[in-house]
Amino acid sequence: MIIQGKVITYIRDNINTDEIIPARYLNTSDPDELASHCMEDLDKDFFDNKKAIEADIMVTGANMGCGSSREHAPIALAHAGIKAVIAPSFARIFFRNAINTGLPIFECKDPAFFEEIQAGNELEINADEGIIKNATTGSEFQIQPMPPFLQDIVGVGGIIPWAKAILKKNR
Amino acid sequence: MGTIAENILAAHCGKPSVSPGEFILASVDLALANDITAPLAIKAFNEVGTDKVFDKKRIVLVLDHFTPNKDMLSAEQSKIVRDFARKHQIEHFYDTGTVGIEHCLLPEQGLVAPGDLVAGADSHTCTYGALGAFATGMGSSDLGVAFTLGKVWFKVPESIKFVYTGTLREWVSGKDLILYTIGKIGVEGANYKAMEFTGPVIDGIDMASRFTMCNMAIEAGGKAGIVNPDQKTMDYIRGRVNRKYNVFRSDPDAEYADTIEIDCDDMEQQVSLPHLPSNAKPISEVTNSRIEVDQVVIGSCTNGRIEDLRVAAKILKGRSVHKDTRCIVLPGTQQIYLDAMNEGLIKIFIDSHCAVSTPSCGPCLGGHLGILAKGEKAVSTTNRNFVGRMGDPGSEVYLAGPAIAAASAVKGYICSPADLEKITKVSKK
Repeated sequence: MIIQGKVITYIRDNINTDEIIPARYLNTSDPDELASHCMEDLDKDFFDNKKAIEADIMVTGANMGCGSSREHAPIALAHAGIKAVIAPSFARIFFRNAINTGLPIFECKDPAFFEEIQAGNELEINADEGIIKNATTGSEFQIQPMPPFLQDIVGVGGIIPWAKAILKKNR
Repeated sequence: MGTIAENILAAHCGKPSVSPGEFILASVDLALANDITAPLAIKAFNEVGTDKVFDKKRIVLVLDHFTPNKDMLSAEQSKIVRDFARKHQIEHFYDTGTVGIEHCLLPEQGLVAPGDLVAGADSHTCTYGALGAFATGMGSSDLGVAFTLGKVWFKVPESIKFVYTGTLREWVSGKDLILYTIGKIGVEGANYKAMEFTGPVIDGIDMASRFTMCNMAIEAGGKAGIVNPDQKTMDYIRGRVNRKYNVFRSDPDAEYADTIEIDCDDMEQQVSLPHLPSNAKPISEVTNSRIEVDQVVIGSCTNGRIEDLRVAAKILKGRSVHKDTRCIVLPGTQQIYLDAMNEGLIKIFIDSHCAVSTPSCGPCLGGHLGILAKGEKAVSTTNRNFVGRMGDPGSEVYLAGPAIAAASAVKGYICSPADLEKITKVSKK
């Protein structure tokens, strides 16, 4: 899997699911409606800022997505046009929700990556080789390899196709 | 050989033992979702496409967040769940009239037993660890798959052993123990890990305090909070759980990622300042800052049990909520509501000018029944104080136990019940 795009940055630890999608909008599960309120309480100009630099990869601080179990958070991000998230670490439930819904997320343990990164930088994520290349600066960084069990889920497109495959095998 | 968490997970995937880091596909005893997460779980269930649930007795659906439905959109969401529950004859379906806050309700109704593996589409599912179960929150798609397969994937977590020693001071409860712990290790301190609560202090506290502690394991990033079952656990489930279960405990040679000892002798009641549960401070420090509050919330899956209401009522009895403060009490379940009524607690609350609500998650997540305006401050017995959690992003939530919440309601600023005797009673106009 290779993902290319420009970066929007929120280098702050513990960005929580209430910031990604506030609970007051959870009276719907419509992905586009959720997306329209994405990141609202952290950055009310999220869409304008993202559009200005044509960004579709999000880079954040540690423990990204902490808080509630709402799957609405990765859904809102994905439908807001975010195609990958990179952080030093993710909160556990956000991590599994992203895997299950097919939003690629990557852990990068190298502080230099986060020190260097600027909004608008162009990135190339090579998930197979475990490398992120910052095309703007020319630097390369390692990302955590994804365990084979999770690659299987992501590989078939998320938890639902994965479950279907199990059912088919058991039949 | 293993920790209680490892032993439960091994038993549910048919292996003699499992090791931290291992990925397993395990059978769940219960699959839980609520009015926010169930609609997406049902969508996932429909996409998997068998149209057949794995076991109608093992799915629990609880409409507790935005109910009684606060607006048309939430009514539509609840209707999806109602229709699904009827179609598939879900045995444990709780709607307005029988519903309570899920993590107060399931243990009360005897739906969770020691040794169970519980998957819940709600982050506070970890509450049931107080019964010696392995219970953890996950997403809706996980639950949609669990509704079909009865199985969920897990990464076996490492465990951290917390050993609490010493003697608790007056008014210090499970809420103070867990806020102190989160303050010590941070909101990511137990990420991906099971938090096993042990020691003489845990042996001594009641089940309500154990539920409160396990409930907030997630606020330290924990996958589960868990207490090894003892006589108190067995006394609690007697007359509630009417099915077979297997008790698991940690083996003496179990391995832990870390052991953290906490001496409770000098521990004060705790308050977590905005905007992270880990901003825990001793009450004496907070009282000195004289933080005036517009609202007090007593309730939630963290502190909505009868024991919590008793503490609040004891403090509010004969006193009155400060004229510039609103106090909202939400009993966790209908049974708790009824017990509170029979014990005279509801009268105490109403006499002291509290609003008493039907059970609901309501204000905890800024849903309804007590939303904050910009600039307003609340002290709340709930579990999260993130930006905008209870309303406007410019409002603030201070987390505390029911004793501080009730005392603060009387004085209008955050304080301990120990401060109350020093003042003349203030009555509401």
